[in-house]
Formats: sequence, structure tokens, C-alpha cells
Amino acid sequence: MTDQTQSIAQGRSSTTRLAGVLAFLLAVFVLVPAFIALTGRWDFYYTLTSVALLSVAAAGVWLTFYIGRINIGQGAYALTGGYVSAILITQYGVSFWLTLPLAGLFCALVSVVIGLPILRLRGVYFAMVTLVLTEVARLTALALPVTNGAKGITSIPLPGELSIFGLTIIPDFATLANPKLAFYLMAAVLMVVTYLVLWRIVNSRLGHLCRSLQQNEELSASIGVNTAMLRVLAYAISSFFGGLAGAIFVAISQSIYPSSFVVQDSVNFMLYCFLGGLGYVFGPMLGTLLLYFGWDLLSVAKQYQLLIYSGALIALMLVLPNGVLSLLDRKGGRK
Amino acid sequence: MIPILQVKNVTKRYGGLTANNDISFDVAPQEILSVIGPNGAGKSTLFKQIAGFVTPTTGEVIYKGTKISGLPPHKVARMGVVRTFQETTIFKSMTVRENVIVSHHLRSKASLLGFFFGSSQAKADEAEFGKSADDIIDFLGLQAIRNELASNLPQGHLRALGMAIGLATQPEVILLDEPFAGMNHDETMRMVALVRRLRDERGLTVLLVEHDMPAVMKISDRIVCINFGEKIAEGSPSEIQANPRVIEAYLGSEDAAIGM
Repeated sequence: MTDQTQSIAQGRSSTTRLAGVLAFLLAVFVLVPAFIALTGRWDFYYTLTSVALLSVAAAGVWLTFYIGRINIGQGAYALTGGYVSAILITQYGVSFWLTLPLAGLFCALVSVVIGLPILRLRGVYFAMVTLVLTEVARLTALALPVTNGAKGITSIPLPGELSIFGLTIIPDFATLANPKLAFYLMAAVLMVVTYLVLWRIVNSRLGHLCRSLQQNEELSASIGVNTAMLRVLAYAISSFFGGLAGAIFVAISQSIYPSSFVVQDSVNFMLYCFLGGLGYVFGPMLGTLLLYFGWDLLSVAKQYQLLIYSGALIALMLVLPNGVLSLLDRKGGRK
Repeated sequence: MIPILQVKNVTKRYGGLTANNDISFDVAPQEILSVIGPNGAGKSTLFKQIAGFVTPTTGEVIYKGTKISGLPPHKVARMGVVRTFQETTIFKSMTVRENVIVSHHLRSKASLLGFFFGSSQAKADEAEFGKSADDIIDFLGLQAIRNELASNLPQGHLRALGMAIGLATQPEVILLDEPFAGMNHDETMRMVALVRRLRDERGLTVLLVEHDMPAVMKISDRIVCINFGEKIAEGSPSEIQANPRVIEAYLGSEDAAIGM
């Protein structure tokens, strides 16, 4: 009886969920381009592409929150990923499409080495170490010969053609009439895939174990969870996302400098997660959209932009400590 | 009788402080053995050493002929020795059933990647965990609260849930850290019956650390008494009650007044 009602309720919620996903995909891939074509606001493409990419990096930060760690170091991995892609393209002539996964993997590898010692730390101690990481990454980029110091790497060619067995899947971006749209679509696809992966992680056993880690690490260990391994795994996935986002940012701006991602960016990634809601997979996506767009829209306030922005942030955190998405729960009458 | 667990000359020193010193005893399969001693005697340290949370400075813990001291907790748990905690330790923002299901981790045959992609093994595992979780919930009489959020539960239920989490890992030896603490007489008697059922119906070997002397005397097959980090006595409840060193250790303390 209860099982039956449960499965009916589940069936209903999965239908609404499917409808929600379809509406979201429709909005991202059809409505937004149509709206921009109608209004001629081509600059929105740049903003929305940034939102999509930032939300990919923020998804990683969210996953580290999910294992109970405050991560203020995603900028370091975005920068690392960007440099890996830029160096491979300019110095070794590797195709951009190949550098994309390589940038992610390189960041994941680096994060394993860094994560093994620092993930033993908890709370504010871990947060402080990660905060320093971004600065370490910037200084490393300044110092290393391969990154070309403060001059950075510029004039990076646009992503070339991607073809498999002679079949062109993605055309050369340089030949496109509208590379802005192409970048937007690329970023949007990446964002959708990232959140699909994240959603799947959270709803599979891996996510349940992450939750157990977040709530009680000692108990988690005593029920047989290899907590050290799981923490490093989550952190590596997180950094992988950071590296991917960084690599695409570099492809768009066709340049990278040590200051391309700074501490401010790392802090922002964390804020996106906070604002959207740490308990919701799609929280960081919404948080990124609201904060990034909000900041842009507030530019009409000129010198008061930062003041209003910070004031609004403080107010939001006071009123909605569990993020904007917690509004949905309230409306649904759930606790 | 071949012992299932052997504690051999276990010592833990923190700098100049000796938490326990040269403690040895054997535990027989399906035995209920209590470790007693005044506050600060080193009982909890001993438990942590057995469960892998603390590595003994010298000495070793042997489980079924294999040395387990020095292994991390998750490996000790994997071998079949699982500890429940002194405080009511549970996963607060999960429901009772979710708590028990997630604690089946050790039994999963599918890899994490398999779970990610929803392989058939992963689905079989999930179904099995759900069924086994329901069995455990029924065994402990938690049916009525299976979908309650753990953070909303009263003390008595929390203790039972902690035990359910321990059972979900399918241990052979379960370490109960003060299972009767803060309970009134009726609750204690119910818990005593439950611990007996763990042994009688599920075939577990039970080790417990406890202050409640009447309960300990009632439940234990054997008792090990520790004072100032040293083992001062070992034997059946009646032997322990008559042991002059134990009486001396407890003399004047509240526990002695209640228990002996």
C-alpha cells in the first residue's frame, strides 16, 4: 500500500522533473538564441556564456561543499586548466578539443596531490588553505618560463575543427559567421552535461556516501567508508570541472594571464553556491545566473554598484540562509 | 575455544601520559564481555584501539588470527569489527531508513562507477540494501519512525538507530560504547534484552563499555575491570563482584553505591 502510493508519487514527480528538464533545455538552446536574434542584444551571448562556464566551475565547488569542505580555491584550478590548454595549443599544436579533457585531467591530478594532505583539515582551516591556493597558482604562473610570466599567452587560435573519421562534428570556429553563438552553445552544452553528471553523482551511492561524510566523518569511517579516498575523489572531480571551465574561458578570450583568475573569482564561485543553495544540485547554476546578471544590471547604479550588490548579498543570506532555491521548499510546504 | 578477538599487551601513551598500560584479554565468539572501570580508566581509549581510531603505542589487537591494530577504521570495519559511539552518533539530516541504507556500504559489490551509471549490479545492490535495512529496522522495532528525520528523534530511538547503523555493516564483533548511558530503568532493561538478542538471534560477539553496574552484571558473560589504565581483574560477574581489587577501585565512588 505505502509502496504503491510511494511509487505513484515518484512517477508523478519524475514526470514533472522531465517536463522541467525539457523546459530548461528549450529555454537554453532555443528561446535564448531566438530572444537575442529578435532584440539584437548580441552582448548577452558573452554574459550568458560566462554564466554557463562560471556555473561549471561553481558546480565543482558545490561538490566539495557536499563533502563538508569550504572550497575557496577553484580559481587556482580554472587558471591551471586555462594554462594547460593555452600551452598545449600554442606550443605543441594540440587541437583545442583534445586540450579540453586534458586540462580537466591535469587539474584533477594536481588536486589529488594537493588534496591528500590538505583534505585532512576541516572547517576554516581547509578554507584558509584553499584561499591561498589561488594566490599560489597566480605566483606560479608569474614565475614559470613555460607560462611566459606577466606577459601571459596571447593570440591563441580559435578552436579548430573537430572531426571523427572525416566527419565534421564541430566546424572550425574561425570560419563561423557567428563565433559568439558557437561559444554560447558550447558552454551551454558543457553546463548541461556537468549538471547531469553532478545530479547523477548526488543521486547515486557516491552522493549518499558524500552526505554521510558531510554529516559525520568518524561514523562514516566506522561503517567502512574509505573517507580519505572519497574526499580526494570528490575534490578531484571538483577540480576537473574547474579546469574545463578555465580552458574554455581561455579559448573565448584567446589569451591568458596570471591574473585571469584571482582570489576574487574563487570567492565568487563559493558565493554562487551559497546564494543558490548548498542543498540543491542546481543551486550553483541559479546562484551564478543571479549574481553575475545582478552585477551586470547594477552597472546602471554607477559608483553605488558595489554598495548595492554587497547589501543585497547580505540581505539574501540573512533572509534565505539556505539559498534562493529553498523558496521552492517553503512553497511546497515542506520542512 | 579459539578466541575471536585478542587484546595483547596493549599500551597507549600520549607524551608522558599513559592512557592504558599492558592490557590483555581474549574474547570468545558470541560472548558478551563488558569492560568496566572508573571514569578516566582508559576504557574508551581501549575501544578506539580495537576499532582502529587509535593505534596502540605497543601491543596488538588480533581478530581471527589477523593483526588489526594499526589499520584505519574503515579496514577494521571491513573485517567485521564495528564500533558504535558514546554520543548518539547518526547522520542527522537523513531519515532513519536512509541512515541504515547508507551504512550498508561495505556490502556493495558494484563499483562507485557502476552506481554512477546505474549498472544492473548497482540496482541489485540497492534493492538488497533496502530489504536488509527494512529487516534491521523491524528487528530493532523502529518501523513506526522509519521515514523520520534522524535529527528529530528522541534519545532512546537515537541509540537504537546507532545500533541499526552498526548492524547494517554486518559485523561479527560489535563494540557498544555506553549503550545504557542516560537511560532510566525501563529503557535500560529493554536495551539489555536487545543486546542479548544481538547475540542470540544474530550471532554477534558483543563488547561493551559501561558504567551502569546492575545492567553490566545482568548482561555480561564476563567482565574486564580497568583502573588507572591497568587491568585489575577479569572474570564472571560474581567473581568480579567479590574481587577485593575491584571493590577497592570503586570504593566510595557512586558506582559502587549503586552496583555492589
